[in-house]
Amino acid sequence: MWAARSLLRHRARVTLAVLGIAVAAAMLLDMVMLGGGMTVSFRSLLESQGYALRVAPRGTLPFDSETTVPGAAALRQRLVQRPEIDAVGMVLGAPLRAERAGGVVTASALGVDPEEQVDYRVEEGADLSRPDALLASETFLAATGMRIGDTITLAAGYDPQLRTYTGRRLLTVVGRARFTYLPPDRPAVAVLLPTLQAMGGARTADRFSLGLLRVADGVDVEALAATLAREEPALAVISTAEALRAVEERLQYFRQLAVILGVVSLVVGFLLVTTIVTVGVNERLGEIAVLRAIGTSTGGIIAQVVAEGAILGAVGAVAGLGLGLVTAVWLNGILGDFPGLPPAFDFFVFRARDAAVSLGLLVLCGTVAGVLPAWRVASLPIARTLREDAVV
Amino acid sequence: MSEPLIRVRDVERTYALDGVTVPALRGVSFDIATGEYVAITGRSGCGKSTLLNVLGALDAPTGGRVEVAGTDLATLDERAATRFRLRSIGFVFQRFYLMPMLSALENVTLPMAEAGLGARARDARAAELLARVGLAGRERHRPAQLSGGEQQRVAIARALANGPRVVLADEPTGELDAHTGAEMIALFDTLHRDGVTLVVVTHDDALAAAARRRIVLRDGRVVSDGAGA
Repeated sequence: MWAARSLLRHRARVTLAVLGIAVAAAMLLDMVMLGGGMTVSFRSLLESQGYALRVAPRGTLPFDSETTVPGAAALRQRLVQRPEIDAVGMVLGAPLRAERAGGVVTASALGVDPEEQVDYRVEEGADLSRPDALLASETFLAATGMRIGDTITLAAGYDPQLRTYTGRRLLTVVGRARFTYLPPDRPAVAVLLPTLQAMGGARTADRFSLGLLRVADGVDVEALAATLAREEPALAVISTAEALRAVEERLQYFRQLAVILGVVSLVVGFLLVTTIVTVGVNERLGEIAVLRAIGTSTGGIIAQVVAEGAILGAVGAVAGLGLGLVTAVWLNGILGDFPGLPPAFDFFVFRARDAAVSLGLLVLCGTVAGVLPAWRVASLPIARTLREDAVV
Repeated sequence: MSEPLIRVRDVERTYALDGVTVPALRGVSFDIATGEYVAITGRSGCGKSTLLNVLGALDAPTGGRVEVAGTDLATLDERAATRFRLRSIGFVFQRFYLMPMLSALENVTLPMAEAGLGARARDARAAELLARVGLAGRERHRPAQLSGGEQQRVAIARALANGPRVVLADEPTGELDAHTGAEMIALFDTLHRDGVTLVVVTHDDALAAAARRRIVLRDGRVVSDGAGA
């Protein structure tokens, strides 16, 4: 095979073409990673937590609105009595305010069951165990100047008209936590569920925003979800699969964008390879005619030229793999700073299958791109080509 | 009398150029026996190269009949013509047309690889052929590292690779200086003495004189066919 050596005859030109293909490959890989990455990231977040069902106010997704469900204690009672359910965790979300000398710090607060929660991970200190315990994010601690062991008064249910609160409480910082779903730049705290319910007064008493249900082994999750939805009309019962479907629906614009940009990348790669192979072949029409004259088969000529396209595609794709991973990390950092996104959420998720698909598509593209110039050069009349080449 | 290796009968070749029919060969006939050394000469545009292309199954005549080594070339489709050239014809061109990215040895092995000869056997034969044309020790050199005469020697070795029935050379000294051309003439002479059938199209009087027979073309017709100078 002399295809690779033919390419090396014009190193500068081929290097530039490979760089171009690498950029196209990187973009293609990034778009493939973006197209599936958000769903994969969300799925891994949900599935790693072990709760097959989530319940939220009917008509909403978890924390989609400030709506809460009343009758939390009775509902918990009903749910834990079901043999299909191993455990129930409830979460209430509400803002809490800390008045400091420099102004008010507003934090997103979660009232949780520490034994059954997925919203934070304690990084330093202790978990919640008593009614006045407070876990705080790094951002909250920085904003308030608090440290583990300090006490702070937090207030809930702020009424801007009357400038009053429904409840205030002196809490002790027992630990520092990383919050799974809250953006790292937002001050966040967690307290026990009854504490937050009490601080919010009538608006939050015996209410919850989200319930997490750990389902017993062997239970048909979708069937249980349907049963609960029928029996608990105030609840939206969401299985992991359904949550993913809802997320995918919301992410369809991202996917469409990814598909369009991915196709553009492929077209650019295709045109680059076709151009470079066509130029290369046109420069050596005489050589190729002589190869045919001395007995190289048409198939052999086509195979060699097509191999040149495939090699360009493959080398460009491999270079693009590295470039794509670097740009994916960079873009992920930029997009991850969007307000309102949980820190554990990734836009770009690397999967070997995605990389293989991207590389495969580029190599296929390069191979196909070589077919046209290959067929053309293999079909030229030998005698006339040699005559014309001699005149040049 | 034995069958001629090449039999050309009433061969016509016309080209259509912008609606005008231009005759390149008009009723050309001759025979060439195995082992002959023939020069085809004539002025530019007289049809020499066209005739060589027709003999080598690179071009098809528009009339008449050409047989080479018992094969009527008109019966060959493109695939069969390719196989025929691979097995039976050796080509030498004015501009050498070596693959610049391949070494001298690799250039010579190309037709053998196409013919399915194993790597070891073709390397050995290519080295032997390069030695035969005076290039022993230059096997690994690329065309850019060889002089014009040396490149043409590699091209001749390539033409001999599959043991062809006839070697067709189109202006083989056309790109060479007089001294190197003389070396090439000597090499052709050696090949002839070794029994290789040679048909050479040339403007070079010295090369034509070295051939044992000269066919002269004028306006597509054979005007003279006899012993060389």
